Amino acid sequence: MKLPLDRDTRRRWIDVAMGVAAFVCVVIAIIPLGSILLEASIRGLRSLSPALLTSTTGGGGIGNAIQGTLILILLSALVSLPVGILTGIYLAEFGKNRLGAAVRFFVEVMTQVPSMVVGIFVYSLVLELGLIGLGSPRLVFSTISGVLALSTIMVPFVARTSEEALRLVPIAVRESSLALGIPRYRTILRVVVPSASSALVTGGLLGIARVAGETAPLLVTAFGSNDWFRGLDQPIESLPHTIYVWATGPYVAQNQAAWGVSLVLVVMMLGLSIVSRVVIRLRSVSR
Amino acid sequence: MHLFRWTRGKGRGTSTATLGEPLFQWFSTLIALGVVGVLILIAIVLFFEAEASIRAFGWSFLSGTVWNPQPPLLFGAFPFVYGTLVTSALALLFGVPISLGIAIFLSELAPPWIRVPLTYVVELLAAVPSVVYGLWGIFILAPVMRTAIEPFIQGTLGFLPIFQGTPIGLDKLSAGVILAIMIIPTISSVSREAFLAVPDSQREAALSLGATRWETTRLAVLRYARAGIFGAVILGLGRAVGETMAVTMTIGNKNVISVSLFDQGQTIASWIANNFTEAETPLELSAFIELGLVLMLMSLIINIFARLMVARVLRRGEGAA
Repeated sequence: MKLPLDRDTRRRWIDVAMGVAAFVCVVIAIIPLGSILLEASIRGLRSLSPALLTSTTGGGGIGNAIQGTLILILLSALVSLPVGILTGIYLAEFGKNRLGAAVRFFVEVMTQVPSMVVGIFVYSLVLELGLIGLGSPRLVFSTISGVLALSTIMVPFVARTSEEALRLVPIAVRESSLALGIPRYRTILRVVVPSASSALVTGGLLGIARVAGETAPLLVTAFGSNDWFRGLDQPIESLPHTIYVWATGPYVAQNQAAWGVSLVLVVMMLGLSIVSRVVIRLRSVSR
Repeated sequence: MHLFRWTRGKGRGTSTATLGEPLFQWFSTLIALGVVGVLILIAIVLFFEAEASIRAFGWSFLSGTVWNPQPPLLFGAFPFVYGTLVTSALALLFGVPISLGIAIFLSELAPPWIRVPLTYVVELLAAVPSVVYGLWGIFILAPVMRTAIEPFIQGTLGFLPIFQGTPIGLDKLSAGVILAIMIIPTISSVSREAFLAVPDSQREAALSLGATRWETTRLAVLRYARAGIFGAVILGLGRAVGETMAVTMTIGNKNVISVSLFDQGQTIASWIANNFTEAETPLELSAFIELGLVLMLMSLIINIFARLMVARVLRRGEGAA
């Protein structure tokens, strides 16, 4: 059959149709995001109350989960930021050789190891160390385990973002410092790292946001608790864990409240993500 | 992007420098090697812990269909491997076309002022925690699937064996849809990078021959970046294979191997998440850890393959530009 259009008209129509199709793809991707944010806001706000935020999960609240998540991400950041940034410094400043390329490759691969696997790894490691007398097998379900798991996820992430941040510092800045006779390690610590500070902060915030929502590794490490924080060697509750338990539980009231918990978590994480974007924006404007 | 190369001997004037220089370099190198060492440690620890199960079941662990924690102890991973493969395949089926559409729109077609905000919005999909996707899957997606989408599919294509049974909403199809949404930001952002690495001379050549914008995209951009697209898809696959919480919450959690996508299932990750801490015997714990090892090896192979593909295309793009 011959279409009633000449060839050029048909080509133009295909062009328009494919453009529309591509735009529709963007819309399809935005629908779930919009739906999640909308539902979390509407259903979440309905279930949020001062009592929910201040009592423990044992008493139907999430106060201990907020406390637990803050403790977990604070300790993970304390471990991961120095290690991750130093790895980033190595990759950006000393990594232009075979060894550097290999380290870069494996760090990238590490960012993709499933978080469930990281959880099992930390569980097994702490268990084995406990059996040979380092610590105790009891520590598998503890804040320490949770922090180890989250740090294992966060360090490679921070290393990648730090390397990118340091690479953005112009070579001329390094050369100026060296030309003044400043040794290169001081150049790195006093000139290069401060110039990249806002990008480093951004990477750190994104890393924190990345692990703040992790649930799977915590199921087999931090485990969860219905009480306030009781020590580094005790299990600890976290917001994602509360969401999981309440969403899959049989009680309608808890199902509803899970949206409130999600709202708290999403606001925390999107807050971090938006703050980091603003830091980048301010920085690039001030330049 | 090129690295700054430190020239040997510079800045060795003072005594603190001669001591601090090598110390700092060695320290940062040591830390970096330690980070890589953790990856090796993960493999060693998992292998060590899985040894009992590997010795007891050998290769039949992968083909076994029974998970029996009571005597006679018998552990097989096949239902979980099957569930992982099916849901990941569904995720690619739904996710890849949409992601490519997004990448084409954002790098080739969209007016410049809208590119940055839209890119940001699509990347926000990656910022939503997995467990929140799961919550959304249970209470928003599953009811829609159960009452509207699955009955509709059954009405039109119900004769196919993959669409048999009663639609329940919490099944392999829903898990696949959730996974598709979750891998969209990965695939679209990596393929967008591959498109941006295509030299403009390619586009200009096509346009100068009178090609429309779509023809330019198809002939000059997509073809040039196909290795990068492939790498992006494989990276997305890696993410889908390892994803845990959202799948655990939407797949229905039942250890069955069924053809129908409307049936419940189980993935490697969801089975571990649900039952790991309830392992009753040392052998069962070892079997769970072997499952983790299988998951890790699957994701490592997929990711190393994808990285090599992406690295190759990006390097070629830079070289040609």
